[in-house]
Amino acid sequence: MYHKEKSIQIKSSASALYNNLSVLRIAPRSLTYFTVVHANVVNMVSASWDGLNFSHRQLQSKEGNIAASSSLIMQASWCVLPSRELLVLTSQKGIQMYESDGSIMVYWHALDIPETPTAQAVFARGIAAVRENYICVGVSSGSVLVFDVPSKGSNIMLSEVLEEHRESITDMASECSGSLECIADLVTADDSGILCVWKSGEDFQLLNKIPGFDVCCSSVKLWKGTVVAGYGTGQIRLYEAVTGIVQAEVNAHARWIYSLDIAPFSGLLLSGAEDSLVRVWHLTLTPETNSAEIEHLYSECVTDTQICGAKFCDGDGYAFAVTGYDLSEIIRYTQA
Amino acid sequence: MSSRTLPLLFINLGGEMLYILDQRLRAQNIPTDKAKKVMNDIITTMFNKKFLEELFKPQELYSKKALRTVFDRLAHASIMRLNQASMDKLYDLMTMAFKYQVLLCPRPKDMLLVSFNHMDAIKDFVRDAPSILNQVDETYRQLIEIYTPLSGGEFQLIRQTLLIFFQDMHIRVSIFLKDKVQNSNGRFVLPTSGPVPHGTQVPGLIRIFNCSGEEVKRQQFPNGGSYSSALREGSFEMFGERVIKLGTNMYSVSRPVETHMSGTAKNSAQHTKVNTAPNPLAKEELNLLARLMGGLDVQNSPNADSGFRVNLFATDEEEEEALISRPEELSYEVINIQATKDQQANAELARIMGEFTEEREPSQSPSDKGEDLLAMMDGL
Repeated sequence: MYHKEKSIQIKSSASALYNNLSVLRIAPRSLTYFTVVHANVVNMVSASWDGLNFSHRQLQSKEGNIAASSSLIMQASWCVLPSRELLVLTSQKGIQMYESDGSIMVYWHALDIPETPTAQAVFARGIAAVRENYICVGVSSGSVLVFDVPSKGSNIMLSEVLEEHRESITDMASECSGSLECIADLVTADDSGILCVWKSGEDFQLLNKIPGFDVCCSSVKLWKGTVVAGYGTGQIRLYEAVTGIVQAEVNAHARWIYSLDIAPFSGLLLSGAEDSLVRVWHLTLTPETNSAEIEHLYSECVTDTQICGAKFCDGDGYAFAVTGYDLSEIIRYTQA
Repeated sequence: MSSRTLPLLFINLGGEMLYILDQRLRAQNIPTDKAKKVMNDIITTMFNKKFLEELFKPQELYSKKALRTVFDRLAHASIMRLNQASMDKLYDLMTMAFKYQVLLCPRPKDMLLVSFNHMDAIKDFVRDAPSILNQVDETYRQLIEIYTPLSGGEFQLIRQTLLIFFQDMHIRVSIFLKDKVQNSNGRFVLPTSGPVPHGTQVPGLIRIFNCSGEEVKRQQFPNGGSYSSALREGSFEMFGERVIKLGTNMYSVSRPVETHMSGTAKNSAQHTKVNTAPNPLAKEELNLLARLMGGLDVQNSPNADSGFRVNLFATDEEEEEALISRPEELSYEVINIQATKDQQANAELARIMGEFTEEREPSQSPSDKGEDLLAMMDGL
């Protein structure tokens, strides 16, 4: 179904971090941007669609006024709001927001760092753009920070802190279908597997808290009112977001899942795990009966690679890209 | 990232070091009493109470260089001496072995079982020395107390921190190449067969539920591997079957520490760009190192009669050759510190390291301890 394309070389290898690949399509310029985190550096590549031009940029984790630091980056992700696109970096020290090409840092939020290191690590992880003007970021304490982002300029404000999780946030996702009929806007996940489903607004409203089973949920997506969650046991579960009813359970991978992605136009689901496999699934939702189905379409073994990032490159799922621990390339696959 | 990483890194690397030294002491026909003394001295130093107190404090990981300094000192805690090429090789073997174990452990939590395999073997090394055994048991209890309550997610964070520490290290190790668990490019082989981790189901089943939670459909899909169901969970108690083999002694008389080791693959040069910029954290790191090393109590300075040298190579010539031909990107360079400027801050480390220096180069004037430190680290 898919065949391997020429890989994109990156300046330094990918670290083993959840969801360690972000993809942004810039249609007017026929470009695709990729970011991959390596320890305290973000590798950024812009690739032209004809496959001829690649340009590289590396972002260091420069933290506000601290001139240099070796703080490790946990995640880098593009946030697409209707009015603007921002590149958000989360690290051990805080949250950085850049213009989408990585040229200018427009906002910096410092985390509360204790004087002496504590047993509980401090970091931010989990990034999502929600509706018109919100960017949400998770923190190791379990808090979810909601930032209100103006359509331009750097006047970004921390507008709310959501305190429902007790464990470190792992990932979060906003509704990706673009449908305005869906009630739930955001789902957040944590180390214990608890999922919180939110309605956005001036005050975010908790719609549902889906219990975990003390198994880490490392990657989560929200599509047409269905939560798709990937776990440390290699399972994928589908839940109806608002009611929390489980719709499907898949024994998908033999190891910890690191990344999920959905192609919103086609309902294709991509999963990547430490077992060196990437799999493509097809989701079918039947709104009349509130039911969801999932079907296996395709698997690819990236030999001897623990996969840490897997993302579709377009809304139809025509192509996808994969990164793995210790690998200095982004591997791409395209439908035959 | 995780501030709970250092104890596991130290204990497992230490365990691997002991396996290798044990094997080399036998291979070089070192008299049993001397070999025993070396193992006992190193284990005593490793499990020194003050040292472990520092080790178990929540903290960030040191750089590779700093940790190498700690192990250099540990390896020389007895009457045995290693020259630089052998020490480099020892450290390469230790780190690649533990990288393999971290990468391959079925669940992140199983890193604790890997550590217990090392601890069990260490206890066996000192089974005839009750006082050392007590020290080791004390650490065992600490490990259980601190680590068994951690969640899978917290263990994954520790594992990810370790994988960042080991990132881009692709040194080829003969024993791994021979066992076909490492490829010629230095990457480890990841199996798509065998038992799945405890708590994981063999991939291949899709179950669909209706809105009242009843299963309405089951579908199979080809999982692309040949997996079997999980083995029983290993024991997280002080005694018991660990089930997983990672972290047990892979060397034996019939499987010696290979004295020939391949260099890095040519293409790895691109990933190993050495950051030459001065690290502003070096000072902070040195302070941590000073606290840690303060606890590394070296009791014996070797004298001419009892001291001896262990070689990780087949011959002295091979060892010399290895020193000269070692690729630059693999050299464990000195920690880039401004020892002279930060003299006061590093006085404690200078004192400790000064003691260390004196073993090799006596007659240094005490006034330039800071420079001594730099010089000594240069010498490492």
